[in-house]
Amino acid sequence: MSEPHAETTGATAKRWGYLAEFDSVGALLAAVEKVRDAGFVKFDAFAPFPIHGLDESMGIRTSRLPLVVLGGGITGACAGLALQWWMNAFDYRYIISGKPFFGLPVAIPITFELTILLAAIGAFVGLMIANRLPELYHPVFQSARFRARATTDGFFISVQADDPRFDPAGTRSFLVDAGARRVEELEEE
Amino acid sequence: MSAAPHLPDNTIEAPGTRAPLILGDNDFASVTEKVCGIVERRQLPRAWYVVFAVSCSLTALLVAVVGYLFLAGIGVWGLNIPVGWGFDITTFVFWVGIGHAGTLISAILFLFRQKWRTGINRFAEAMTIFAVMCAGMFPAIHTGRPWFDYWLFPYPNQMYVWPNFRSPLLWDVFAVSTYFTVSLMFWYTGMIPDLATLRDRATTRVRKIAYGLLSLGWRGSGRHWHRYERVYLMLAALATPLVLSVHSVVSFDFAVAQLPGWHSTIFPPYFVAGAIFSGFAMVITLIVPVRSLFGLQEMITARHLDNMAKITLATGLMVAYSYGVEFFMAWYSGNPFERFALANRALGPYAWAFWIMMACNVAAPQAFWFKRVRTTPWMLVGVSILVNIGMWFERFVIIVSSLSRGYLPSSWGYYKPTWVELCTLAGSFGLFMTLFLLFLRFGPMMAMAEVKSVMPAAGLDRGPHHGHGQYWGEIPHQHDRQEGDARP
Repeated sequence: MSEPHAETTGATAKRWGYLAEFDSVGALLAAVEKVRDAGFVKFDAFAPFPIHGLDESMGIRTSRLPLVVLGGGITGACAGLALQWWMNAFDYRYIISGKPFFGLPVAIPITFELTILLAAIGAFVGLMIANRLPELYHPVFQSARFRARATTDGFFISVQADDPRFDPAGTRSFLVDAGARRVEELEEE
Repeated sequence: MSAAPHLPDNTIEAPGTRAPLILGDNDFASVTEKVCGIVERRQLPRAWYVVFAVSCSLTALLVAVVGYLFLAGIGVWGLNIPVGWGFDITTFVFWVGIGHAGTLISAILFLFRQKWRTGINRFAEAMTIFAVMCAGMFPAIHTGRPWFDYWLFPYPNQMYVWPNFRSPLLWDVFAVSTYFTVSLMFWYTGMIPDLATLRDRATTRVRKIAYGLLSLGWRGSGRHWHRYERVYLMLAALATPLVLSVHSVVSFDFAVAQLPGWHSTIFPPYFVAGAIFSGFAMVITLIVPVRSLFGLQEMITARHLDNMAKITLATGLMVAYSYGVEFFMAWYSGNPFERFALANRALGPYAWAFWIMMACNVAAPQAFWFKRVRTTPWMLVGVSILVNIGMWFERFVIIVSSLSRGYLPSSWGYYKPTWVELCTLAGSFGLFMTLFLLFLRFGPMMAMAEVKSVMPAAGLDRGPHHGHGQYWGEIPHQHDRQEGDARP
């Protein structure tokens, strides 16, 4: 497991990594903590639904997507105000119903809507970019077990061969010891 | 046909225990099987085909009457001065309101950690999307020259003019289009994991490609779930003020005008309460037949229906209170025009519509005080249909009774819809139902991933926790917190 990187990749150039299957949420969480503590970095856990605490067990850093959303919201608010002021009070001024050209209270509804709109678009697009979706093919889809169960009731952990701590035999037995019911080898492409 | 007799009653409140939200002998696989089974079966229940045929016919009627409207002009409707808004805007407000329950269920109940929402949120969100589509159609076709509707948007143009942002009608354009866009993203984001389930189970080539593209290659990665949950929470947090703003903005169409009966500060909260009231009634009306048609009683349980009926009752009481406040303020203001407008509403030429509204919106939901009504499906549907009728009439009464008798008695009038308007109203229901039935046929109508996350097996072998993936159901050894379990 602590063997140098070069030794493992030479013989198994085509190997993408291992996919281990677990029986339950509890088994997955226990195993993923072991994988994390063993120092693997290029690993992932797969579950058909969001599991509370999985991110902590995997040691994932908290996502910075909220900042994107905040940025979208601020942009929307500024754009909304600027848009209304520029269009109605600067570029094309006309008096209607004796109302002022620009008034903050009257500008609030559209400013608010644009704030929400751009924040939500930021959240959605940010999610897609951060998750690199759409990505229609991924090596884990080679596994028939994965295709049959990963989105229904299967729990999986993948460990990639290009992880510095990966070693073909050691990692396999490590996953089995961590409680995997079966371990599959997946190929690159 | 109340909750299937073999199922335990989960509407009972027992202090210290949580009522189960999934009944029967279900595990993760059986949830997938039941929900995907609806999409995958070759034949649907006959009722689906019958209702679909009727809905398609009504949609065809809609296309015909709207085509006629475009060719002949707005004069084929019964609108004239003084009543320039009739069925069109009434039905617009009605459909926007229907949509609100979907967002309430998906966003507000999510923020309040109401786990029972997982059984019904997808269904309700679909209802929102389709209702807002029907709603958006009405302002678009009522403009007289609908081929110039794009003038509503601020785009640089050869006329060198910009839209008037000081008008609530333009706020509406922004509010409704933002609402539609955000609801669609929220709905789709929630649906991606379930579309992936359908993709993984697909057997035909067409399904593999269609669900494969729609699910974007989702694979349930823990790293993805982490961001996904953050984004879902943020979308819920954004959709919550949004949904409250949309019907507020719709109410500004009236409240910002100076017409007696419209110019009132209670309109925004009153419209929002009414929207949620009518929307929940619509969810109940649709979900009760669907759950028995597709055998989903174990996942959409008596408790779900009971809860929805309680929300309908609560919002119904808010609406009733608002009616009272309107009358009180008209009297208390001492303004003779306001006093006249409200008296005219209850006793004038549109009194018949007013009393239909009162009977359906104030009297009918009081039946929900009785648990027997809340847990008997046919009674639930009956009351809910009355509420839907009442809420349509509420908008009709507000719009038409105020417009028909404004400040100047010499220009009073009486509005009657033409057959074209009646057909357009019926056609909008057809469009809504057509889209809805197609969704039931081809989409995951229950949020499988979310339902699974509230099942006991999603967390039984771990210590107690209070986070997002918290489950419901009996919790053995609730207080045996494991030593060293750092999770909150």
